[in-house]
Amino acid sequence: MSMASNKCAVDDLMRASWTDDGSSRIPSAVYTDRGIYEREQERIFYGPHWSYVGLEVEVPEAGCFKRTSIGERSVIMIRNRKGEINVLENRCAHRAMRFCQERSGKVKTLVCPYHQWNYNYDGKLLGVPFKNGVKGNGGMPQDFQLEDHGLNTLKVAVRNGVVFACFDHEVEPLEDYIGEEILACFDRTFDGRKLTLLGYSRQRIPGNWKLMMENIKDPYHPGLLHTWFVTFGLWRADNSSRLLMDKHARHAAMISRRSDQVTGNIDENVTSFRANMQLNEPLLLDIVHEPWWGSDTVCMTTIFPNVIFQQQVNSLSSRQIIPQGPDSFDFVWTHFGFEDDDEVMTERRLRQANLFGPAGFVSADDGEVIEFSQEGFHQDKDFSTLCELDGRDVGSTDHMVTETLIRGMYRYWRGVMEA
Amino acid sequence: MSVPAELRQRITDLYAAYADCIDAERFDEWPEFFTENGWYRVVARENHDRGLPLSVLSLKGKAMMKDRVYGITSTIFHAPYYQRHIISVPALTSLEDGVTAASTNYLVIRTKRDMAADVYNVGRYIDEIVEEGGGLKFRKKFCVYDNDLVPNSLIYPI
Repeated sequence: MSMASNKCAVDDLMRASWTDDGSSRIPSAVYTDRGIYEREQERIFYGPHWSYVGLEVEVPEAGCFKRTSIGERSVIMIRNRKGEINVLENRCAHRAMRFCQERSGKVKTLVCPYHQWNYNYDGKLLGVPFKNGVKGNGGMPQDFQLEDHGLNTLKVAVRNGVVFACFDHEVEPLEDYIGEEILACFDRTFDGRKLTLLGYSRQRIPGNWKLMMENIKDPYHPGLLHTWFVTFGLWRADNSSRLLMDKHARHAAMISRRSDQVTGNIDENVTSFRANMQLNEPLLLDIVHEPWWGSDTVCMTTIFPNVIFQQQVNSLSSRQIIPQGPDSFDFVWTHFGFEDDDEVMTERRLRQANLFGPAGFVSADDGEVIEFSQEGFHQDKDFSTLCELDGRDVGSTDHMVTETLIRGMYRYWRGVMEA
Repeated sequence: MSVPAELRQRITDLYAAYADCIDAERFDEWPEFFTENGWYRVVARENHDRGLPLSVLSLKGKAMMKDRVYGITSTIFHAPYYQRHIISVPALTSLEDGVTAASTNYLVIRTKRDMAADVYNVGRYIDEIVEEGGGLKFRKKFCVYDNDLVPNSLIYPI
């Protein structure tokens, strides 16, 4: 299929599948169609949107690198000799090799092993073997210039230890992109203190990548699906809370306050509440208030398109989304603490990490429900989801009984994808 | 220091019983394989090799293990699946005071309903085994897995 006819096919599908101009009924094709997915890659992941790539602490010294991905494109985050962080595309300028195969490490230069093309930490091509030929034979043409063949460099923004990058150098500044309200949530955790790296968890979830964004824009489910949250008061529909979004409604934050006293069930329909459930080991919920929280105990921030920042009591992580086709994504958790944490606090963060990740008491089942939703979209191509809790419009709220953040993301998504 | 043949045989039986317990889903019995303060940890090889302390699960003491059992049997929603553990012959070393260190390769095959069986988790147990209450128990069991991209979720013990 030619590019032009492919574009028309996607346009037609977009038109045909949405039932109205709103964003409360999301059609199956949005989760399953390859053409729509490829347009997302181009317009969202490789377009003017900032993507999370990592934490500065992961590359502490010059030459330290971390390999990751933005959309399906492999990139390398590396620190240069001036202490700056670069993000370079992991694709040799010669024969397209994804030359970097280790996840992390420290190198003197970046070398593609195929023909030993050699790049510095800024992605500049330093040299190529046999450039001037051997014994008068061969070599590169006269007009070959090293400076024309560096690695593809991305635009980079670092804020308080967190690194974002973008393939499109015309993208707006990161702070404008995130917007004032969500930036305040970001800065609440990342206030400039030095971070410590606790480790990674990785899972491959067989569902569309947007379902994970929806999951963390959906305050309806945690107090229902996750018995732990509702029983121990960590996340309940009756907790004091507020939902924020940026002016485009593409990013969001769900902020809440744990109830100290869980008095009972909140609604007879909530079957996950267990009145008699008690922990054999209370240390699992040994929550210690940290001054920077203020009165809120949880803040889940989604920054479109690829990262979720988690503060759930003493557990802190970034959760990065790496799409792998319309039906699958990798979900990479990076847990961290602060440099001034004592051993007891580090141990506490590690213990509370049992709640999260692929085996977590309250997040293993998120991956499972996403898998089953994806199966449902495949079996009924004419289906549309119903995201109409609290109406059909989009706006910030001071309660959790709403799906407004999901509607907000799809309103933005339609604007980008239908342009 | 070499490990006496009788102890070696008892440790082999311990691994066989451990696999049988979790593959047969007798999860209530699973914490009984550990000492009172035993440490059970499932950790990605990436973290283990780099000295990063994060685990996928880190349960210290039988009480925390019992909470996990309650979680997997009562609170975590997931698709049903079978597990099958294939455990290699352990490499044993005697440490101080009756502690035996064991390094054992393992392979866990998962079979979900209506699906082909797949390699679910593959790695190495790094264990410490002691006598307690008249039997052998794990004082430490680290499950260090190579395939660090978990196929969606990890619910049952490894």
